[in-house]
Amino acid sequence: MLTTRAIFRLAFRMTGNEHDAEDMVQETFLRAYRALHKFESRADFGTWLYRVAINCSLDHLRRARRREEQPYSEGLPPKEESESLSSIPSGGLTPERLLLSVELKKKLDGAMAELSDRERAAFVMRHIDGCSIEEIGKAVGLRGTAAKNTVFRAVQKLREALQPMVNS
Amino acid sequence: MRHLTKDELVLFYYREKGGVDRRQAEEHLQSCDLCRRELADLAQSLEAIESLPIPERDEKYGGEVWTRIRPRLAEGFGRRWSFVPPLRSWALAGSVAVLLVVAFWGGRLWQQRQTPTAAAIPAPARERILMVAIGDHLERAQMLLVEVMNQEAEGPVGVSQKKQLAQDLVQSNRLYRQTALRDGEPGVANVLDELERVLLYISHSPNEISADELASLQHQIESQGILFKVRVVELQVQDKQKRAGSHMPGTPL
Repeated sequence: MLTTRAIFRLAFRMTGNEHDAEDMVQETFLRAYRALHKFESRADFGTWLYRVAINCSLDHLRRARRREEQPYSEGLPPKEESESLSSIPSGGLTPERLLLSVELKKKLDGAMAELSDRERAAFVMRHIDGCSIEEIGKAVGLRGTAAKNTVFRAVQKLREALQPMVNS
Repeated sequence: MRHLTKDELVLFYYREKGGVDRRQAEEHLQSCDLCRRELADLAQSLEAIESLPIPERDEKYGGEVWTRIRPRLAEGFGRRWSFVPPLRSWALAGSVAVLLVVAFWGGRLWQQRQTPTAAAIPAPARERILMVAIGDHLERAQMLLVEVMNQEAEGPVGVSQKKQLAQDLVQSNRLYRQTALRDGEPGVANVLDELERVLLYISHSPNEISADELASLQHQIESQGILFKVRVVELQVQDKQKRAGSHMPGTPL
């Protein structure tokens, strides 16, 4: 069921931080509102809204990359570690598991940042939300084989990055 | 059978169609340590990602987001499409709607014996009352929809309170829908029509429904975007209400 909370979870997986995820949720609803006249009543609203959210996240990632590429951002301090820590709820976690989660999250954030925008969207859609290759293709604008290869590349990159840690 | 490639293992893991023949792959995996290990490593890495916690948002979150974006939505009303007809158009919808609204306003919708006549109320006041009543109707409908959407159930769920509210709302909803239709506002009429189907479903339900019935109702609301559309219409009604409040006699609305 695609509730606002589900869109937040999608946004968090895509952006990796709470603040950007919040912005993305709002942007999704604003865009949905502006494009509501284009929504065909025969279609499924949840699927349509999900696509709006994916497009928002792709745009967000593109903007973020552009900002990173700009020389002005070089002087900016890196994101505080406390930000990544604060995004991990501590309830029910032992110190060891919390530490492992923090390390794993750092590793995952790094690996996700290495993915192209489409790879990231394709991976989140396939792995987290259980979308089919066909649905992924439609949402990110790729044909079947290209969408499938995008998922493969994302999985292999993440696997290579996480495997040493997971196996240890 | 040959060893499974990395890509085939991914397809196998995700149970994706169009990959290797699943039965053949399973047979191979039973006899091949190398592929089995590869698959286990893949699964371990991917499951580690899932295990990472995500900050939770509570059931009020949807409403909070809506409140935050409301001012930005309102900015675009003049430039974008309008879901709600001009105030004057609604005001001309006929005295039946006005009578109902006035009675509704008094809190005695069907019981009231002596209903004030439409003629006794000045036209601008009638218009404002109508807008307030529509806004109130949509707000109550939203509350009901939010409650239904946030309801989680594994077994039977009691819905007697929701049923009561739905029964109240059905009557006024029907009238507003007919008014919108008569005024040539199919956009609003469609939203109210979709809302009415949900209200009727709830009002005709037994006092307890199964988890499957609840899920089906939630799917109906979600797949048609009813909550979202009702929020949009309510917001636009409020906008018109505000403009009506600042309306000076003799100037067009």
